[in-house]
Amino acid sequence: MALEPLVETSPEVSDEIRQTTCYMCACRCGINVHIRDDKIRYIEGNRDHPINKGVLCAKGSAGIMQHYSPARLKQPMKRVGPRGSGEFEPISWDEALTIATDWLAPIREKDPKKLAFFTGRDQSQALTSWWAQQFGTPNFAAHGGFCSVNMAAGGIYTIGGAFWEFGAPDWDLTEMFVLFGVAEDHDSNPIKIGLGKVKGRGKRVVSVNPVQTGYAAISDDWYGITPGTDGLLIMSLIRELMRSGNIDVDYLRRYTNAPWLVIRNPGADNDGLFLRGADGEPQVIDRLSGAVISHKTKNVSVAMHGEVPLDSGGVATPVFVLMTETYMTDAYSPDTVASTVGISAARIRQFAADLADAAFAKEVVINQPWTDWKGEKHDTMVGRPVSMHSMRGISAHSNGFQTCRALHVLQLMLGSIEVPGGWRFKPPYPKPPEAHPKPAGKPDQIQAGMPLTGAPLGYVLGPDDLLLNSEGEPQRIDKAYSWDAPMAAHGLMHMVISNAVAGDPYHVDVLFMYMANMAWNSSMNTRGVMDMLTEKNPDTGEYKIPKLIYSDAYSSEMVAYADLILPDTTYLERHDAISLLDRPICEADAVADAIRWPVFPPDRDVRGFQSVLIDLGARLGLPGMVEEDGSPKYADYEDYIINHERKPGIGPLAGFRGNGEKSGRGEPNPGQIEAYKANGAFWHKDIPEEGRYYKMANMAYQEFAVEMGICDTPQPYAFQIYSETLQKFHLAAEGHGEIQPPEHLRPRVKTCFTPLPTWYAPFEGEAVSDEEYPIHALTQRPMAMYHSWGSQNPWLRQIHGHNPMFIPRGLADDHGLSDGDWIWVTSHHGKIRVPVAIMAGLNEKTIWTWNAIGKRKGAWQLEEDAPEAKKGFLLNHLIKELLPAQADGQRWSNSDPITGQAAWFDLKVKIEKVDPTEPAVAFPQFPALPRMNAVNTEPVKTLRYGLQWTVKDKRAWWKK
Amino acid sequence: MTSLPEPSAIKLGLVIDLDICVGCQACVVNCKEWNTSGYGAPLSDESAYGAQPSGSWLNRVHAFEAGVGEDAKTVHFPKSCLHCEDAPCVTACPTGASFKRAEDGIVLVNEDWCIGCGLCAWSCPYGAREMDPAEGVMKKCTLCVDRIYNENLPEEDRVPACVRTCPTNARHFGDFGDPNSDVSIMVAERGGYDLLPEQGTKPVNKYLPPRPRRKSNDESMSLLAMADAATPKGFWQWMDNTLEKLG
Repeated sequence: MALEPLVETSPEVSDEIRQTTCYMCACRCGINVHIRDDKIRYIEGNRDHPINKGVLCAKGSAGIMQHYSPARLKQPMKRVGPRGSGEFEPISWDEALTIATDWLAPIREKDPKKLAFFTGRDQSQALTSWWAQQFGTPNFAAHGGFCSVNMAAGGIYTIGGAFWEFGAPDWDLTEMFVLFGVAEDHDSNPIKIGLGKVKGRGKRVVSVNPVQTGYAAISDDWYGITPGTDGLLIMSLIRELMRSGNIDVDYLRRYTNAPWLVIRNPGADNDGLFLRGADGEPQVIDRLSGAVISHKTKNVSVAMHGEVPLDSGGVATPVFVLMTETYMTDAYSPDTVASTVGISAARIRQFAADLADAAFAKEVVINQPWTDWKGEKHDTMVGRPVSMHSMRGISAHSNGFQTCRALHVLQLMLGSIEVPGGWRFKPPYPKPPEAHPKPAGKPDQIQAGMPLTGAPLGYVLGPDDLLLNSEGEPQRIDKAYSWDAPMAAHGLMHMVISNAVAGDPYHVDVLFMYMANMAWNSSMNTRGVMDMLTEKNPDTGEYKIPKLIYSDAYSSEMVAYADLILPDTTYLERHDAISLLDRPICEADAVADAIRWPVFPPDRDVRGFQSVLIDLGARLGLPGMVEEDGSPKYADYEDYIINHERKPGIGPLAGFRGNGEKSGRGEPNPGQIEAYKANGAFWHKDIPEEGRYYKMANMAYQEFAVEMGICDTPQPYAFQIYSETLQKFHLAAEGHGEIQPPEHLRPRVKTCFTPLPTWYAPFEGEAVSDEEYPIHALTQRPMAMYHSWGSQNPWLRQIHGHNPMFIPRGLADDHGLSDGDWIWVTSHHGKIRVPVAIMAGLNEKTIWTWNAIGKRKGAWQLEEDAPEAKKGFLLNHLIKELLPAQADGQRWSNSDPITGQAAWFDLKVKIEKVDPTEPAVAFPQFPALPRMNAVNTEPVKTLRYGLQWTVKDKRAWWKK
Repeated sequence: MTSLPEPSAIKLGLVIDLDICVGCQACVVNCKEWNTSGYGAPLSDESAYGAQPSGSWLNRVHAFEAGVGEDAKTVHFPKSCLHCEDAPCVTACPTGASFKRAEDGIVLVNEDWCIGCGLCAWSCPYGAREMDPAEGVMKKCTLCVDRIYNENLPEEDRVPACVRTCPTNARHFGDFGDPNSDVSIMVAERGGYDLLPEQGTKPVNKYLPPRPRRKSNDESMSLLAMADAATPKGFWQWMDNTLEKLG
């Protein structure tokens, strides 16, 4: 036998490890960046980090390619050609910031709302929102309205928390994990870690999803539901659980408003509101004495049914009675809903039985005493080990808000929120809507030259909180918090450009955007948006959106449409605070936050957007950003992170305050960032064991939350199965109160704003003919691309370089289609030509594709014949931001009527086989964008990353 | 022809749990990331930003579907070198570049001797070897031989990059020569199997099959059979009894 070569098995790995936070998506994992010769040798997960515990996904592992992307912008630019041409001239930062200041200062002095400031999927909204507020414009939001605001708002208004990454299943104790819809987006590594735990323990994973991809692939049971009907399925499950007595009565009575008394006085202005005592507290019935008492009364047995006559007219009954009247009807019987939801009645019953089995036959008890908010002591923590998760699968429908509420009500019926084995909050949640600010932006809250009186985004509690002018018209450019979208907690980013161009409700002077690819995948009606961005006023020759400032790190499709480019850094070149004031990295058992810091200084003339914003704020003299003498208060974002105080002792980072020893509250610590770096770029503090479950009602947690600065006083509350806020809007639509919806929206508000969760058919499906457009069309992003800026990433694009339209076998047979054939897909709005792939695990009336893989020719420094441009496509071309006209000629926004959430999963289409003589190229195609002053004008053809080390080390490999 | 050593007592390899793999591609990319700057030549990418991007990878995840309708099942199937005991890629090698280590059974390529003839890839029934387009040498999974014994790494990190990074814990590394190792026990308990055993390659790597779908049973269905609660009168009677018990 030949002599075996000796292999070097202990090579040096790196010169140094620098620990920071990943930003390849929105998950915020801790990473160890191995540095060798001042280049990245390797990026791995940080084992100590609360989010990812050492693991790292495909995106995070491809970070090297992102950091060295040829599409990185290299210096500020101003537009010299027509908009959309991509013709720019490099300028200095001083010139760029002077231009921006000259554009913005006059707006602030005259009418601050003429600035619309919208950001994409960034994670610095504690800063950006505050900046907008100090500028004085209400026209601020991030991309939540396009993303999953229904899950945020539906959650906050119902349970004071939300899925997103703001809560998590109790992975170690759950018996059954139910996943509704595509959810590979937020919290991605924690969910994958959790799935591994649940499956590893042999417990049940159930998926309700028209498409069996990703997480659904490993489910023990898959319900291939018809899109947009989840609410109907959930209410059918609620009905079956109620009728069989499989509900947690004690939980409902203690922790929800199910026993609260509701006034039933049809036609009166108090119909449907809670019966309140003199102190304003909702009332309940003492089951033993029959007395009407405050829900806060200690040690009473509260009734779940009964009726109290009222002197003022009408009667009052517990919410629970209304629930039985609403849900225990034949309208929600499995037999009634089966054909609509696309799941047999027997399977629906089986689903209900499985939930009952896991929740009640497999109860979990932890021997941990605790004290509730009333002061009642409990010896144990009892759990119903059913956990759930959902995101855009439910959210991105026009009935998504109510469906999200229904899902939370199902969880509450099972007694499975914030209990052992159930679904749990991560701080700063639980936090009910009352504990959030209300949005600012009423006419008297916006004043020339002054800050807005509060944060632009918040939670309204009724019509009085809407942002309307004296004519009852929208105050905000996106019409958030108007009757178009009254409970728009995240704004409506998808309506900003079309509204501003239409001058409805008004025109803006400057559109300022960050990390939001509106000229491509972050808009509905992509071609229309490109046209709008270049549309001119025929009288003046000026663009209808006169000035557009954009910040991005890469040459995305949107860059070509800006007038002024403020180039951002990569994620390894920047400071960030992943803050308790915004979206921290907390766990259900701990509070935690994190930083990013420049692992490498930028090697180009680029600056972190947040530092630029602070600089701009100082140049504009915004309060809080300048000293009394007008000089800048903060040198940059790092300085702001360390020294800014939102309230005395409360800053962007909760860890290492004071002299480094204080958590939550404490004076600013000049060494804070260094302390974070020394601690792996994060800070973490465990919740006391007594406070880990029932947080909304648990005094140990509430006191801990106050200590950590999450709130100033304990704020225990009951879950709101019945939403009085929704009923207030409903009453307005019925003609009560001073602030009422315009006539054309009145019927819609009456139908959709029900105080108990309801289901109505998605709007687009109702507006178009089912015969003409019989098929549902969806998009979702693959795990290796979700929320990533990844298409210029040469590794990830080898995994997902183009996207077929997946179609079910039956449809393929009907249309004579095989894999690789091309089809026309047509909606009421548009038409696309795309390649197909046949898939078995797919609802029979649904087709779908990967989102945002398709790229515009020339963008992202890809070569013009890249598959992303030739075969990749966007479904967005089929989705219009407005629905077809109603009978009265009105065109509704293609959004949830409650929150304004973009309803891009409501899409209905028809398909047709493409004539084989047509070119096998995706349609539509757009003119190629020029190379936009990015790092490499001609990207390398052959990439050999690591060559310098492998060549250098080669001899060492074969030890003699 | 290159000869194989006597079967080693230590047989290092991977066991991959197909019941848990969600197809997230984390292992695929992390492997590329570690190895492009590691053993041998970089894992190059041709047409990196162009029309036909294609590079060498040591690990790929394939997806398959079985069944139709509600019984349809997607299986994600990660595939890399199986470090076979009777490795045909080694015996096929005309230069001795392909070899199997006598001490732990890892199959490697000595790139200095590799002439890029491709015979090994042709002989591998699993398609687990890929020719690097730029270097013209054969690349394959090294089981991260430069990690698993690496004294410059903390001990807990001395596992292949794919195992360390796997978010769902679907990949496990160990000694299949030891019947008491974690991986051997896992294979015994879960019915771990060889890929294409009829090829006679005796792969060291194993796969754990997807568990059969746990459909609901009649027992849980009986939980819905509380007919009394199904009428309003019966329901409120049930409620009163429940409240009475709760106090």
